[in-house]
Amino acid sequence: MAVTALSAAESKRLSPRLRKLEDERWLAMALLAPTAILLGLFIAYPFFEGVLLSLSSTRVGEPGHFVGLKNFYKIWDDSIFRHTVWNTFYYTAVTTVFKLALGLWLAILLNRHFRGKAIIRAFILLPFIIPTVLSTFAWKWMFDPTFSVINWTLFQLGLITTRINWLGDPDLAMTSIIIINIWRGVPFFAITLLAGLQTISPELHEAAAIDGARPWQRFWHVTWPLLMPVTLVVVLFSVIQTFADFQLVYVMTGGGPANATHLFATYAYQLGIGTGLLSEGAAISLAMFPFLFIIVVVQLLYIRRVETR
Amino acid sequence: MAEVSLHKLNKKFDTTHVVKDVDLQIRDKEFMVFVGPSGCGKTTTLRMIAGLEAITTGEIRIDDRVVNEVPPMDRDIAMVFQNYALYPHMSVASNLAFGLKMRKFEKAEIEKRINNAASILGIESLLQRKPRQLSGGQRQRVALGRAIVRDPKVFLFDEPLSNLDAKLRVQMRVELKKLHERLAVTSVYVTHDQVEAMTLGDRVVVMKDGVVQQVGEPLELYNTPANRFVAGFIGSPAMNFADVTLVENGGKPVAEAPGLRIGVPGELATRARAKIGRKATLGIRPEDIHLATAADAPEYCFEAVVEVVEQLGSEILLDMRVGSAVMVASVEPTLRVRAHDKLKLALKPERLHLFDAESEASI
Repeated sequence: MAVTALSAAESKRLSPRLRKLEDERWLAMALLAPTAILLGLFIAYPFFEGVLLSLSSTRVGEPGHFVGLKNFYKIWDDSIFRHTVWNTFYYTAVTTVFKLALGLWLAILLNRHFRGKAIIRAFILLPFIIPTVLSTFAWKWMFDPTFSVINWTLFQLGLITTRINWLGDPDLAMTSIIIINIWRGVPFFAITLLAGLQTISPELHEAAAIDGARPWQRFWHVTWPLLMPVTLVVVLFSVIQTFADFQLVYVMTGGGPANATHLFATYAYQLGIGTGLLSEGAAISLAMFPFLFIIVVVQLLYIRRVETR
Repeated sequence: MAEVSLHKLNKKFDTTHVVKDVDLQIRDKEFMVFVGPSGCGKTTTLRMIAGLEAITTGEIRIDDRVVNEVPPMDRDIAMVFQNYALYPHMSVASNLAFGLKMRKFEKAEIEKRINNAASILGIESLLQRKPRQLSGGQRQRVALGRAIVRDPKVFLFDEPLSNLDAKLRVQMRVELKKLHERLAVTSVYVTHDQVEAMTLGDRVVVMKDGVVQQVGEPLELYNTPANRFVAGFIGSPAMNFADVTLVENGGKPVAEAPGLRIGVPGELATRARAKIGRKATLGIRPEDIHLATAADAPEYCFEAVVEVVEQLGSEILLDMRVGSAVMVASVEPTLRVRAHDKLKLALKPERLHLFDAESEASI
């Protein structure tokens, strides 16, 4: 009663323009406008510009003109680009598998009761909180050919006799950035999966234990299926982020040695900004889009199926 | 065939001692109910029998086998949980089959048992559904079915009816009773509802603060409660209590309080004689109080002022002030009474209870 009386009194004082906001359609528009403007300005417009750029012959200092799909044909013949495509898939697949496995393992450990649980949970998040560039610099130091603490440790343990050139060898360089990506990504998996685990009633595990399921069977028949929706969402987010990763590779190897560790984003940057071939860089960036689009659609369809199950 | 025996059973969580020296023999085919207020240790005791909770000290035997260190799956028990604990991602049939699959039963045998349990519980038409497509009562049946298909030595029930609405609870209570008669499997049932305990139990264990207060058949608890707690917990509406002093009057013990003076009859008088001059608690159930007539001896009569009249249809509950005490009487529905009426009431002397004021034990 008091509330209606108050709002009635207030609306009398409101200007006609503000009174329009009492209509839900106007209110919805007013509330959505800031987000729509920001998304349009910083996502849709650059995307649209990128598409135009990729269809032109623009270079730094040269406006260029429309050339159709020429840039795409060109990058298709580029062996570095093909290697980049392979790299990106390899990098995404390997890191996602490890992040999921380690994250799940950590989440299950953290879901148990032990002393200092809250502090450990907070610490687990550290790799995720530290700015990637900062932590990657630390890793770069650890993988440094001369000063590598990893080499030193392996040497002291008597496991190696010569230095390992972590970032100088193409295969090892890829392995190195994969390790760092896993290190950085595990906390996100662990914390999110932990949240998922906590929604599973302990009674279900007890019921399964009485039903005769051993710990591994309880995980496989109860925990894993119930955790599936959360897992799929985490994997989806992670795949999108990893596929478009830039900072880590840029700081660590810059795409080298000999273009061995380029991902879409770093190669696009190198070609587009580094060498000034803006239109080709844009084409490489855009080439990422259909792959990501398919991955996302497939996963979203699967998530919907799991959730309505 | 299964007997369950608990011997000097104790459970401590860190510093809290939740189950204290519980000794109990549960007979073969018996329906044993644990009842008590929340936090009394009844569920913890059940979970120890199930093997879901480690035993601090003491021993649990199923038949003659000590099961202290035996994991739940090897105890040959089945449990029905308070929240049903159905696997949400499995159909009803898969829920029922799970325990049998884990035990590597033949497919044909699994199917036979599922169909049998489903027909006993009337859930044949629900077998392909998921738990979330079921109502509370249907889920409860599936949870029961999951226990039945296993054909275990012992059924354990952890407040299985507490999530159902009142009407369904009464209905399921009856069905549980029938089910037990049909299957004749040793059952341990935990509840905080004394009506469930009274109606379902062959015997009832009343617990409080981790200690067994009394074990007995329902009527035994009702008629001869061991202490004030059991007297107050069993029976609805609850027993009336009044703080009294035991005095002697003409060679006979009398319970006296301001505005109340009740003679202590028969055998109770013999026992009360030793406590003359001491404080005690008088207990009388609402249904054992009636309007005084000429036939009632004056030493069992007292005066009361009605404060509230509760019309229940089948009876009338009178909330009354008796001296300094507050009492409830259940009287005939035909009686015309109004608030502030002054009544002369009498109690049935053979139904009078006295409890020691300090130990609270029955005198």
